[in-house]
Amino acid sequence: MTAYIGKRLLAAIPVILGLSIIVFLVMKLIPGDPAQALLGSYATPENVERINRALGLDRSWPEQYVIWIGNLLHGDFGRSYILNRPVLDEVLERFGATLILAGASLVLCSVLGILAGIASAVRQFGWTDRIITFFVLIGISMPAFFLGLVFILFFAVQWRLLPASGMYAVYGGGDLLDLLRHLILPATTLAIVATGVVARLTRAAMLEVLRQDFIRTARAKGLTENKVIYRHAFRAALVSIIPVLGIQAGFVLGGAVYIETVFQWPGLGQMLVKAVSTRDLLLVQGGVLVAATVYVLVNLLADVAQAMLDPRLKA
Amino acid sequence: MTDLSVSAPPVSRKRRSGWDLLMANRLAAAGLFIFGFIVVVALLAPFLPLANPDITDQPNRLLPPFSDGHLLGTDHLGRDILSRLIWGTRVSLLVGISATAIAALFGSLIGLVAGYARGATDSVLMRFVDMLMAFPYILLAIAIVAALGPGLLNALYAIALVNIPFFARNIRGVTVSIRNREFVDAARLSGKGHAAILFTEVLPNVLPVIVITMSTTVGWMILETAGLSFLGLGAQPPTSDLGSMLGQARAQLFTAPHASIIPGIMIFVLVMSINLLGDGIRDVLDPRLRSGALDRPMPVTRIDRKTRPAPALSDAPALVVENLSTGFDTGGAVTPAVRDIGFRLAKGECLGLIGESGSGKSVTALSIMGLVASPPGVITSGGVYVDGRDVLSMREQELIGLRGARVAYVFQDPLTTLHPLLPVGRQIAEAILAHEPVGKHAAHARAVELMETVGIRDAAVRAGAFPHELSGGQRQRIGIAMALANDPDIIIADEPTTALDVTVQARILELLQDLRRERGLALLLVTHDFGVVAEVCDRVAVMKNGQIVEQGNTRDVLHAPQHDYTKRLIACVPALGEGHGFLDRVRPLFEEARA
Repeated sequence: MTAYIGKRLLAAIPVILGLSIIVFLVMKLIPGDPAQALLGSYATPENVERINRALGLDRSWPEQYVIWIGNLLHGDFGRSYILNRPVLDEVLERFGATLILAGASLVLCSVLGILAGIASAVRQFGWTDRIITFFVLIGISMPAFFLGLVFILFFAVQWRLLPASGMYAVYGGGDLLDLLRHLILPATTLAIVATGVVARLTRAAMLEVLRQDFIRTARAKGLTENKVIYRHAFRAALVSIIPVLGIQAGFVLGGAVYIETVFQWPGLGQMLVKAVSTRDLLLVQGGVLVAATVYVLVNLLADVAQAMLDPRLKA
Repeated sequence: MTDLSVSAPPVSRKRRSGWDLLMANRLAAAGLFIFGFIVVVALLAPFLPLANPDITDQPNRLLPPFSDGHLLGTDHLGRDILSRLIWGTRVSLLVGISATAIAALFGSLIGLVAGYARGATDSVLMRFVDMLMAFPYILLAIAIVAALGPGLLNALYAIALVNIPFFARNIRGVTVSIRNREFVDAARLSGKGHAAILFTEVLPNVLPVIVITMSTTVGWMILETAGLSFLGLGAQPPTSDLGSMLGQARAQLFTAPHASIIPGIMIFVLVMSINLLGDGIRDVLDPRLRSGALDRPMPVTRIDRKTRPAPALSDAPALVVENLSTGFDTGGAVTPAVRDIGFRLAKGECLGLIGESGSGKSVTALSIMGLVASPPGVITSGGVYVDGRDVLSMREQELIGLRGARVAYVFQDPLTTLHPLLPVGRQIAEAILAHEPVGKHAAHARAVELMETVGIRDAAVRAGAFPHELSGGQRQRIGIAMALANDPDIIIADEPTTALDVTVQARILELLQDLRRERGLALLLVTHDFGVVAEVCDRVAVMKNGQIVEQGNTRDVLHAPQHDYTKRLIACVPALGEGHGFLDRVRPLFEEARA
């Protein structure tokens, strides 16, 4: 197993390098001359040339990339000129909040999605199946940012059950219970779409497995239907469900952008939206890179979990 | 082998066109209707008697719905919401569909070229696509918008780019499977250039996949572009789409919720109608996914007998099957698979059930314990008596309690019939625990013992192995050990040696014989090989077209077969070194060859 994990880790390195190349190229899309933009009315040809040399912009793209990646490896993601602090500090601080939100959503969508998917498959074409299918359809068609507003309107404004925004209460609070109360609405909203996707795929995977010969064997042994479904069928279906959960990790990390904006959650997504509108590009670049790297690692974890469940994959 | 293909007259069914199928799917039809309505209204916006969506009217701001002159009220600048909704839908539709078209165009091109060229081109293109997919979906789009600057067009490009991978991957997959087909080879040999082949031969066959991917992603793209606009990164004033309407109205969420809720519901209804339609289109174009193809088999075959036989027989042998008929429900009509099957099997006896594939012998064997996959399987008449009691009249729980305990099965291909992800020892122990709660340790110890009984060396170590780590012969021994787990009276072996090579086959048969003698088992052996029957069985029943055509002592049937079909089956066992003599001997028995 250790050898397998090592192999997967090595394979992740080129992927992360690839990510950095794409982010680098995207930043090269910026229209206009950065020196010109920086200098404004002081943009005499001499000044432009001096700035270009100072920023290393007179070098070729590959050279620029190597210098940039070298800086990244030293933890130097540049400085946010709007916030006037190192990008990495700001990103890491924000990322903690996002991880709490996205992690809670991922757990929520996995558990609910899998349970709904199994129930739906087991009662195929029955009322349970129809009702779940209906809710799944609503879930995957619902704009999360809109659902968040509706939740705020009812749960926070109308019924005053839960706080509408932020991560902790402004006065008092600050403990785990306070955090959980603030987490419920945004995490649920963020999980809704992903739950629909997980439920759909779980249903399909279960139906696929239930038709396999080894299920007939399990029945021929005299196992109860519950054991056939949960121990035999689900065990086999889980192998194809786990990569889907890995992909959902990406959806909740990305979807956090909307949810954090709606619920004023002080995470990476909210930071990115602000940074885009203030054109704080280094901050955008750093945030996207860190989130993407974490996503790659989560998928690596999903691969490892899958290999642990299915001994045939380790070879 | 599960004999699903039955030589019964095919039910005549009209082939329905794609359109009919789509309309038959009520949800898809509803989706099409709603989507069509939205598109028509959006297209007609300039001709409808609507207020100017951009004219502000401060005194009349935030009017509630159903106000005079403003059916859906006004927003924070006093603009008519209905008018803005329709014009905004126009923009959202246009952007979403354009993004889909761009993603489909470039994604399909990449997929086609990568799948057709293979080699280095393929790996470079697909690595690039993998990189794009390695980003958490919307974040890459945000980075692109950050670089290009907020704006509707830039949001469109960004959303299109991040969706290219879905198309590239799907289309590449299909292209790879098509490029080596005969008609592509033929085009190549006829001197067509690569580009011509790609666009005239490959593309038409890939088109359904492109359409499916488009119809299932367009909803997403509308949602995502609306999302970017909501964040203020997409449509900029004075242009507005549904997302930016929602984003601007959010500030008045508490005082005038209608201004937020109306565009939100509009996005939801639009995306939902597209998703319904998309699922419908996918089902029509991809028959594998059509509902019904993936029916979940129930724990016990459906039993639908017009007349119930006597629930018990007095002084019956171990197993009695009487007038058993099983069929497959093909939507309305039941196509019979086996008819009026009857046989008896005494303790310690071996009955061979023989016939060609499709003759119904597996269906017969599986019907005994209600294991025919259902739907579509249905038992339409007859009785199955174990120890004189009709199992088909029992409650489901009682029947399940008999499985593996009194009547055990050994199946054909143990690679597919054993659970691939559970150690074999555990699978045997599970069979014990299903009927006798002896505890995990005791069950495991007995599993190892059973493995030794069926001749597996190092059983204690092997018990931890997974099926794929064992040889075919070992796997079948595991299957037999599992069947023996609860000391059953009856074993039904469905082609237990067909997947094995000849020497292993002989040893497995020997094992079954020994066990039968030692334990006094009644053995029902399903096979297509008269050689096996001659070696093992006391009596034999010959099946053809779902019926037993001849039944008797093995020696009598072998020496004096009554039915033509039996003669052929017997003749079909070749003798070693027979050479061309075999064909000469067999030919006269087949009418088709005599002509």
